Amino acid sequence: MSLLVVTSPHAHGPMSTSGVMRTVLLATVPGIAALSYYFGAGVIINILFGGLVAILCEALALSLRRQALKPFLTDYSALVTSTLLCIALPPYAPWWLLVVGVSFSILVAKHLYGGLGYNPFNPAMVGYVVLLISFPLQMSTWTTPLGIAENVPGFMEALRACFNPSSFDAQTMATPLDILRQNNGMLLSDLYASNPQFGAFQGVGWAGVNLAFLLGGLFLLYKRVFTWHAPVAMLLTLSLCALMFYDEGSSASGGSPLFHLFSGATMFGAFFILTDPVSSAVSNRGRLVFGALIGLLLYTIRVRGNYPDALAFAVLIANFAAPFIDNYTQPKVYGHREGPKA
Amino acid sequence: MSTPDYGELSINGLWKNNPAIVQLLGLCPLLAVTGSVVNALGLGIATCFVLVTSNTAVSLIRNVTSDAVRLPTFVMIIAAAVTCIELLMQAYSYELYEILGIFLPLITTNCVILGRADGFARKNPVLPAMYDGFIMGVGFTLILLLLGALRELSGTGAVFANMDLLFGPSATQWEIVLFDDYQPFLLAILPPGAFIFTGLIIALKNVIDDSMHRRAAARAAPVETGSKRVRVTGTVS
Repeated sequence: MSLLVVTSPHAHGPMSTSGVMRTVLLATVPGIAALSYYFGAGVIINILFGGLVAILCEALALSLRRQALKPFLTDYSALVTSTLLCIALPPYAPWWLLVVGVSFSILVAKHLYGGLGYNPFNPAMVGYVVLLISFPLQMSTWTTPLGIAENVPGFMEALRACFNPSSFDAQTMATPLDILRQNNGMLLSDLYASNPQFGAFQGVGWAGVNLAFLLGGLFLLYKRVFTWHAPVAMLLTLSLCALMFYDEGSSASGGSPLFHLFSGATMFGAFFILTDPVSSAVSNRGRLVFGALIGLLLYTIRVRGNYPDALAFAVLIANFAAPFIDNYTQPKVYGHREGPKA
Repeated sequence: MSTPDYGELSINGLWKNNPAIVQLLGLCPLLAVTGSVVNALGLGIATCFVLVTSNTAVSLIRNVTSDAVRLPTFVMIIAAAVTCIELLMQAYSYELYEILGIFLPLITTNCVILGRADGFARKNPVLPAMYDGFIMGVGFTLILLLLGALRELSGTGAVFANMDLLFGPSATQWEIVLFDDYQPFLLAILPPGAFIFTGLIIALKNVIDDSMHRRAAARAAPVETGSKRVRVTGTVS
């Protein structure tokens, strides 16, 4: 007979950290499959090699911090970080790019701030921004997607691209987001007609990739890994901004809402990056604000900025704002009146 | 005040009270011009010169300035010293003078200098004041150099580039290229790199201090046989 007195609530979360992390990894599979279908096997090499680097860095950081290796190495958190970063990187990235990005994510963005659960910024996005600022050329070369190119590089070619970059020669192409940003006085309909990248529906390859990540995200939502608030707020805000500045497809148009929803990293960001429980706002109301802020920033930096995509910057700025958002969206305790805001 | 001990002054300036990584003074030039070794060394030497000159001058007039006007006086002295070094650099290393730009005149507002003038030179005789200025300047310069070397190495894959700006044409050969075919790591050269590397250097210093404290504590306080434990019966055998 147990004499231990336990107070309510008696419900307990069925998911452990490693369970959540495994589910997230599982949910990235459709997206990775779509990426490798359209862009070739580069993303798989990225993820495998990045994962290896991540585990080595995690072990190094843990041993330097004199912490137990096993519980932290087997919770998959380092693997999730590196997988998310490697999905965001262009495929066929040279090995040193992966090493710099992943080790910066794990060592600086995660462990220097106190390790799992203490990082104020999303580690994968910190790694991405470091690479984007440092190596703009390598970070903005995307190979031609299947549908425009005859075929895409296979596994061996991807290996060679990673470890012997100078021997790898692939056809690259501006992404739909690049084309739209550099649009110089053409109507959107003309722009779509004159660039094969746009294809039948909002960008060859990119629409499929975004749909696949949407599928994975809905799976996570069904599994209750996160709540709907942040992704929905972000997608709604992004669509609203796009609608406001669509301008009926004129030469000054910022692109249609559908285009923005299915371009670049929109779905991947909405379901896999925004939903990081550590660096986002904590209450449901706070997550609505957090998501909306990212949607607004994403649209602004995408259309007005000078980078391939804007997700990483938007997320990092919103991470900065998360404690502030939390302060103003703190739910009141049941039965109490709302206290004065600090 | 008793005569200061020169050994203690040296340890203070170089390590225990290092202006750059302990007092965290003069961060503006520390962060702004440490993109390469030659810039760091140029600014370090200039700061060192100003520190020695201003400390000496302040110490010389310490008995004739009233407390009420001491700060304006010190700033005037520092500004005069900065003007001297600025003109000197303009004469002897014009290109470096151009590169350092606004950060040379800004030495005037470097808190290390006013801090040492008001905190040390005002209360001490000329020789210790001069020595304190020198050793503080050396401590500052060493950190600038370390930061410059780290940032230049990780940013460009080479160190000691363009040293001829400071040491004449013979120094063009000094550049050491560690990696051929190195992709420039722009983050290290850009301002965020300065913040990151400064943080890492401070962390490293704290780690070294910590381990030295722990070792010193372990060495000190040996337990004598027969002494009693606190709140424990029995004696140490």
